Amino acid sequence: MQDFGAAFGAAFRLVITLDPDLVEIVGLSLRVSLGAVLAAAVIGLPIGAGLAVARFPGRGVALVALNSLMGLPPVVVGLLVYLALSRAGPLGPLGLLYTPTAMVIAQMILVVPIVAAVSRQTVEDLKDEYDEQLRVLGVGPAGMVATLLWDARYSLLTALLAGFGRAVAEVGAVIIVGGNIAHVTRVMTTAIALETSKGDLALALGLGIILLALAIGVNAAVMGIRRTAGHAAFA
Amino acid sequence: MRLSPELQATASSTAVAARPVLPLRGTGLTVRRGGRTLLDRVDIAVEPGPLTVIMGPNGAGKSLLLRVLATLIRPDQGFVTWAETLPDRARAPRLGFVFQKPVMLRRSAVENVRYALKVAGVPRAERDRRAAEALAMAGLEHLAAAPARVLSGGEQQRLAIARALATRPEVLLLDEPTANLDPGATQAIEAQVKAAHAAGTTVVFVTHDIGQARRLANEVVFVHRGRIAERTPAHRFFTEPSSEAAAAFIEGRLMP
Repeated sequence: MQDFGAAFGAAFRLVITLDPDLVEIVGLSLRVSLGAVLAAAVIGLPIGAGLAVARFPGRGVALVALNSLMGLPPVVVGLLVYLALSRAGPLGPLGLLYTPTAMVIAQMILVVPIVAAVSRQTVEDLKDEYDEQLRVLGVGPAGMVATLLWDARYSLLTALLAGFGRAVAEVGAVIIVGGNIAHVTRVMTTAIALETSKGDLALALGLGIILLALAIGVNAAVMGIRRTAGHAAFA
Repeated sequence: MRLSPELQATASSTAVAARPVLPLRGTGLTVRRGGRTLLDRVDIAVEPGPLTVIMGPNGAGKSLLLRVLATLIRPDQGFVTWAETLPDRARAPRLGFVFQKPVMLRRSAVENVRYALKVAGVPRAERDRRAAEALAMAGLEHLAAAPARVLSGGEQQRLAIARALATRPEVLLLDEPTANLDPGATQAIEAQVKAAHAAGTTVVFVTHDIGQARRLANEVVFVHRGRIAERTPAHRFFTEPSSEAAAAFIEGRLMP
């Protein structure tokens, strides 16, 4: 247990002194996960809104499939992206394996179903309210999707937040496609896994503390935005 | 060829104006839900001009008829035409619709109106002016920047009517717009509707309030059990209705 206490002390020292390695790792984590969430939003929000608005045969099956995809195991996604990006794979010539871009792609695939499924629910609730009004104004399907996404934007932050939580916390996908290469593809979760197995608990714990603080900070910020919007009755 | 903004505006307004929606015509409209016939082979035409009140007890099919005419609900049998042609979305702005419970977009009051103008294809340069005009006519100019959803119930309904009128519709359909409002707000709404009618908009107003029908109607369509029991000029309807159902309704008798 002495080790444990010492590890905590060392961890706080690393955080407070802004240890360069630590800063680099945290920075890459944020870049990769925010990039993944951004890309997932561009793809997932229209899918979610489209599913909320459209009525077609097989829609129920599509929704079940989408909800199941939220539980995709990161290692499986990592493996599939690895196969696609490896030298012999279809996207091999791009040379993306073991780069941050590969990590963004893998995390994006993990996040798209979450963003799409949560936004589908959010947008469908709003559509129940707006549908007849928009139709009498003469709004078409594409305009309806755009309007619903815009007017639900504060609620949709929740979808992006859930996606960010999944992206920043997962280790299975990024370790496979990124390779946990120091100064290149090492992010918080892969570093924690590595340092723990090496016995360097201080760095691992320091990263863990930052990861937790980040999660709390992002949630608090989103809640703050939504509360302000709620006061203005835009949400 | 490049047109100046004014010319473009005129061109687009006339393009929309050139495609009328009146008369609204329903032929053999039948709607069934859960084994019950809610509209039963209804024939109706809304011609340009009068302020028509559709009256009838709850569940008679008044609101349903209005929704079918606006193509919000597809009838199980029969069909609707706008100006003798099948309805199309491009003409929706020529038909204003106001719901019992106003639907406010999560935007400011003026943005709610600007949104309707944008959908109607009004050029950007014209939207500000016309939105301001619409709010002024509804007496809401001081609330232009307020979020629409914090307005009072009466203000929201006035905004909903202003939004419906902003696209200069030929006909305004209102579905019990004052059912949830107090007398003061009701009076304001009635004044707004009368002003729109006086300015040349054909109006169809659904209500089950006899006093309101007396105050507003040029003619009354009485709907009973999914059928039109009678259609009578207002001055005759309240003194000598031609149908038993309407007579009973006016006297306040309960109908079997």
